[in-house]
Amino acid sequence: MSGSLAQRASRAQASARQDGRRSTTDSPLAIGIAMVLLIIAAVYFLVPIYWLVVNATKTQPDLIGSNGFLFSTWNLGRNLSDLFSRSDGIFLRWGLNSLLYAGLGAAVGTFLSAMAGYALAKYSFRGREALFTLILGGVLVPATALALPLFLIFARVGLTDTYWSVFLPSVVSPFGVYLSRIFAAASVPDELIDAARLDGASEWRVFVTVGLRLMSPALVTIFLFQFVVIWNNFLLPLIMLRSSELWPITYGLFSWQSQVSRDPSLQILTVTGSLVSVIPLIVTFLALQRYWQAGLTAGSDR
Amino acid sequence: MYRRTLTAALAAVPLVLLSACGGGGDDADGGSGSAAACEPSGEDVELTFVTWVPGMDQVVELWNQKNPDIQVTVQETPAGNAGTYNNLFNGLEAGTSPDLSQIEYDSLSSFRLQDGLTDISACPGVADAEGQFADWTWQQTKLGDDGVYAIPQDSGPMALYYRKDLFDQAGITTPPTTWDAYYEAAKQLKQATGAYITHFPQADANWFTGLLWQRGASLFELDGDQVRVTVDSPEAQEVAQYWQRMIDEDLVATNLQGFSPELYAAWTNGSVASWPSAAWGYSTIRDNAASTTGKWAVADLPQWAEGDQAAGNWGGSTTAVLSSSDHPAEAAEFALWLNTDPEALALENELGGLYPAATAGADLPALEQGIEFYGGQTIFDVFNAAAGEVDTDFTWGPTMTDTYTAMSDGFTDALNGQGTLVDTLTAAESASRESLEAQGVPVAD
Repeated sequence: MSGSLAQRASRAQASARQDGRRSTTDSPLAIGIAMVLLIIAAVYFLVPIYWLVVNATKTQPDLIGSNGFLFSTWNLGRNLSDLFSRSDGIFLRWGLNSLLYAGLGAAVGTFLSAMAGYALAKYSFRGREALFTLILGGVLVPATALALPLFLIFARVGLTDTYWSVFLPSVVSPFGVYLSRIFAAASVPDELIDAARLDGASEWRVFVTVGLRLMSPALVTIFLFQFVVIWNNFLLPLIMLRSSELWPITYGLFSWQSQVSRDPSLQILTVTGSLVSVIPLIVTFLALQRYWQAGLTAGSDR
Repeated sequence: MYRRTLTAALAAVPLVLLSACGGGGDDADGGSGSAAACEPSGEDVELTFVTWVPGMDQVVELWNQKNPDIQVTVQETPAGNAGTYNNLFNGLEAGTSPDLSQIEYDSLSSFRLQDGLTDISACPGVADAEGQFADWTWQQTKLGDDGVYAIPQDSGPMALYYRKDLFDQAGITTPPTTWDAYYEAAKQLKQATGAYITHFPQADANWFTGLLWQRGASLFELDGDQVRVTVDSPEAQEVAQYWQRMIDEDLVATNLQGFSPELYAAWTNGSVASWPSAAWGYSTIRDNAASTTGKWAVADLPQWAEGDQAAGNWGGSTTAVLSSSDHPAEAAEFALWLNTDPEALALENELGGLYPAATAGADLPALEQGIEFYGGQTIFDVFNAAAGEVDTDFTWGPTMTDTYTAMSDGFTDALNGQGTLVDTLTAAESASRESLEAQGVPVAD
């Protein structure tokens, strides 16, 4: 009995809350406009994907000869097998490289950001704000502008055209540090840290067991950001790498595209390859979507 | 041939680098200047070779099997202007560039300006190889002095690809032999079939340069240490005026980009009926307008005066030994083999679609056969003849990127009705002069 009462009460509360919200903001016109804008945005973002899906299924002549938004001869299987067999399966290699650069790079980058952000939020030390300002300044410097100086530095230590030349710059994310600091300040209570210290936990242990755990939704956000940034980074590999077995997918597809005038069949492979290359991004996003949303709003109401 | 905006953006990169380290003394110590000694080291040597010809790795594998003491590693990269040249320029500054690279004819001069090339004229076998290549290709590698800075790889002698069926339909039974006749044919064709005779590609300076080459309108001249800019020569203006008239009278398609799906669709549906283009273009049509098989034919490029025999060239590359190489003799030996060995030439033609710069290339079985797509015509007879008629004096400037950008920007405007092709040449001339001066190259007047 009491259970059902409580249920009813909470339901009433919920509906009251809903009603309240609707009366203040949700006029039918506003909903309509919002819907239209959202639909336009969705179409805008989905049409290129649709085009990619349609055209990846075509033969090379149909890619040119038929309407880009309609299916014609179904050739996806053949395209895929050509894609993965070309030059001894170099495409798969590029895919694995991208996963390595983006996956491992984002993981390490997130961990470094978390440590730096936590330290900036929870320890007070001399020069903390100056340091933070310096890091914030780093957000403003575009990665493009840093690629060439990095190249010269890496050339001096003999690391150009190696995995490290793309991986090392990728694990640095001033924006990640910034987000981490905000999240750490908002979601890791000082009392909890003090309690852990009283129980005899080392600072490292406090960070790993308390800090990291409480910051985890935010860390997913940083991971996703960093993953996408590295996955899409094109200029850095272009400047650093020459050996095709080290290239990420973006660079590989670009190089195929640049050879199309000599070998037109590369065009359909570039299209199919582009489709395949967005799949890991979509999968990552869908898998982490829940945390992503939680992470974005965490700290916003404190 | 490639997307200009990106090229232009990337082109800015090495300039930044140059101004940052201008005159840095740690550069590979001027390997390019002297041709003094070039002896094989006698040791086992490993070389790296940058190329963007599809299938080149298989050709090099052949070399590696035969030459255990000179092992070559291939690095397949994007096309030169799509980023590889900048990568190489950066590498030359930082000392990380490879031993050899594919370099297009129009870019050799830029590499020379950056001290990026080795004079290999004293290396074993190089001096004797001159007779094995089409005259003009060898001439291109000398860059106006007595050195040899690269070995010619392939070339793009130009001819006229045309839709025989559409020409017949319009009552044009023999392909036009002069540009005047081509103009008349354009009118006839438009009236009878509604087709444009060709397209004037948007934002593509390279194609037009090939036509300038045929007219003997060299973009630059070398005068001792000085460079003379002749982009806006009377000959060049004549070519520009000719095509401007074609544009003004709506006889050429002006809304198509070269190598675009739209162009391929226009070839397929017969709304564009010919293409003055290079030998390597035969596969471009064959593979992108596959349903028009048997309808195309190839004729000599129309001439500026009846009875002339002048061909243009569009594209083509060399194999250059970079100044960073510690083994120029071995590198030159490899480059010579790569571009003269019949087995290598055959593979490069088969896998990469190369039209060889070596005259022996004309004897490749693949280039002697009739080609089904072109109605069984032995089209390479036409290109072989053209290869011997290309002007040997055509000269590129050391800052071609800027010249090209000015030209392709101007063409795009002219095709959209703003300004003319002749205006474009004038603008490109002054842009070229400015960029040469900015690079500290003495400009003759």
